[in-house]
Amino acid sequence: MVTKALTTIITIIVGVGAALIVYWILNKLAELLPERLEDRIKPYLYILPAFLGIVVYLVYPAVLTVINSFRGPISQNWVGFANFTTLFKSHDFQQTLINTLLWIIIVPAVTIVIGLTVATLSDRLRPGAEKLTKTIIFLPMAISLIGAATIWRFVYDAEPAGQNQIGLLNAVGQLFNKGPVDWLSTDNFHLNSLLLMVILLWSQVGFSMVLLSAAVKGVPVDTLEAARIDGANERQIFFRVIVPQIRGTIVTVFITVTITVMKIFDVVYVNTNGGFNTNVLGNQFYNEISTNLNYGAASAIVVILMIAVAPLMWYQVRHFKSEEAA
Amino acid sequence: MAATTQPVPAPVEDTQAKVKRSPAHFDRNPAKAGWFTKITLAVICVLWMIPLLGTFLTSFRSLDDVQSSGWWTLFTKPSSIARLTLSNYDKAITGGADMGRDFFNSLAIALPATFIPILIAAFAAYAFTFMEFWGRDVLFLTIVSMLVVPNYVAFVPILKLYRTLGMNGTFAAVWLAHIGFGMSLAIYILRNYMATLPKTVIESAKIDGASHYQTFFKLVLPMSVPALASFAIFQFLWVWNDLLVALVFIGPGDNEPVTVGLTHLKTQLGQGWELTTAGGFVTMILPLVVFLALQRFFVRGLTAGAVKG
Repeated sequence: MVTKALTTIITIIVGVGAALIVYWILNKLAELLPERLEDRIKPYLYILPAFLGIVVYLVYPAVLTVINSFRGPISQNWVGFANFTTLFKSHDFQQTLINTLLWIIIVPAVTIVIGLTVATLSDRLRPGAEKLTKTIIFLPMAISLIGAATIWRFVYDAEPAGQNQIGLLNAVGQLFNKGPVDWLSTDNFHLNSLLLMVILLWSQVGFSMVLLSAAVKGVPVDTLEAARIDGANERQIFFRVIVPQIRGTIVTVFITVTITVMKIFDVVYVNTNGGFNTNVLGNQFYNEISTNLNYGAASAIVVILMIAVAPLMWYQVRHFKSEEAA
Repeated sequence: MAATTQPVPAPVEDTQAKVKRSPAHFDRNPAKAGWFTKITLAVICVLWMIPLLGTFLTSFRSLDDVQSSGWWTLFTKPSSIARLTLSNYDKAITGGADMGRDFFNSLAIALPATFIPILIAAFAAYAFTFMEFWGRDVLFLTIVSMLVVPNYVAFVPILKLYRTLGMNGTFAAVWLAHIGFGMSLAIYILRNYMATLPKTVIESAKIDGASHYQTFFKLVLPMSVPALASFAIFQFLWVWNDLLVALVFIGPGDNEPVTVGLTHLKTQLGQGWELTTAGGFVTMILPLVVFLALQRFFVRGLTAGAVKG
């Protein structure tokens, strides 16, 4: 354990030190140049490592992925659209798409509803109680989704009938003389997918609550006063005064959560690995590169993901531009 | 006498008092938490905490107890309290699962993967905020637009690249990947923050003969500490809790982080419930401490980045 601790410390120092040295060298190099040239080159040197990182890890792979999506399993021969047609014709993949769509439809919306509920209601508590409430809801954000899966196992677990149930849901069922249900393998009405979504909700609602709470507190008091003087009740004030003013934040949270959900992997991978009709794009992608070793199909899935994300990306960039202009 | 349909706000004799109270009446929350509010929030909080509490208690129970009864029996049959044990933690940390080793690996991965991207992003953000150069806006826009490219694009090409370079399974492989993946957001957040710093201070440093390098390290970095701190927490939690990147570029083995360790603890020892709970808390303890201690910075960072928009 001691040697492990020492090597860990050394690894950290080496990694961090290397990064510092790179900038020191870049700066020294720039200083060797004549002054006028130095001023012109320096900005580019300062952004160079950042740009390299983005080009190597996002731009270049994105281009290669598009190319590979038209090639065979080990990316050697051209196959045209075969990867896509095989995927879309496969019944399993159709189900995967439907499941992913369900996640996209349900999770962002519910995240915002619960987040906004907690944000608005807790705003009325005393400061101490408000802080405690928010911390409790926010806490799961610090827990990895694989940790969350371990935690929720004690909610969804099913033991054979007649035995003591150690999962919370089935134990409650037992109280009412209901037989155990194997929750995560029940796909009637996509029940198991919904239960997996609950795990993600548990983890992500805090994020939406924090952002929405800040936005709710930022609503100018005079607009609330004006509405109250005009005789609006609390519900009208909420829907007609508060919500329109925090629309920007709601959209931001919605987009962020939607992107998270499109890429969802951990929750499904560790709980069911896509079995019992719970598969989603992210998990199928991992299966293609780890079990099936079909890089063509994996690339095609990522291309589908990119096409789905593109409108959001367009929105985000446009949004950013308008913010700059303001 | 009065029209019955018209809602009467307050009895007449109260009017005087109401006028006096009016400033307070118009504070943020005229409707102080009523029953509905309190009960709703209490129910949500209890629902949120029960799974975590159950797992926490389970992590101290013996294998026999875990398999034969739910964690709530600790409350219904106090006799089982006497059988609580630390042996799960002992086995999970030092035994075959070796989560202790994984914990150090996670540190070796997460600390540099937090620090290096921040340094790189801070330099870039400085250039984008305080330096004039050709193509600045286009380059910045390119970076922002990369925010939403799914990092899935990177796995296959980078895996192949790493194979040629023999980098698979090394810490550096994951550091570099996290640098690439976290860069857009980091630059975006830091540049937004630096743009709010007073330009005059930086200009006067320039007049006093300070180089950009000095201005960056002595002036801009210290002034940006709030933004740096909140992004650092964000990135640290992200890297520490990441499973996919670690699974693809490191995989199971001597360098595996806690998330990977917990995953195959779950699959290998399918029945070893008592170990997965203890192992689970080994993965959670540091992020929870960081989170609770630095929540303020984290929240500030989140809201600064998004609420304005």
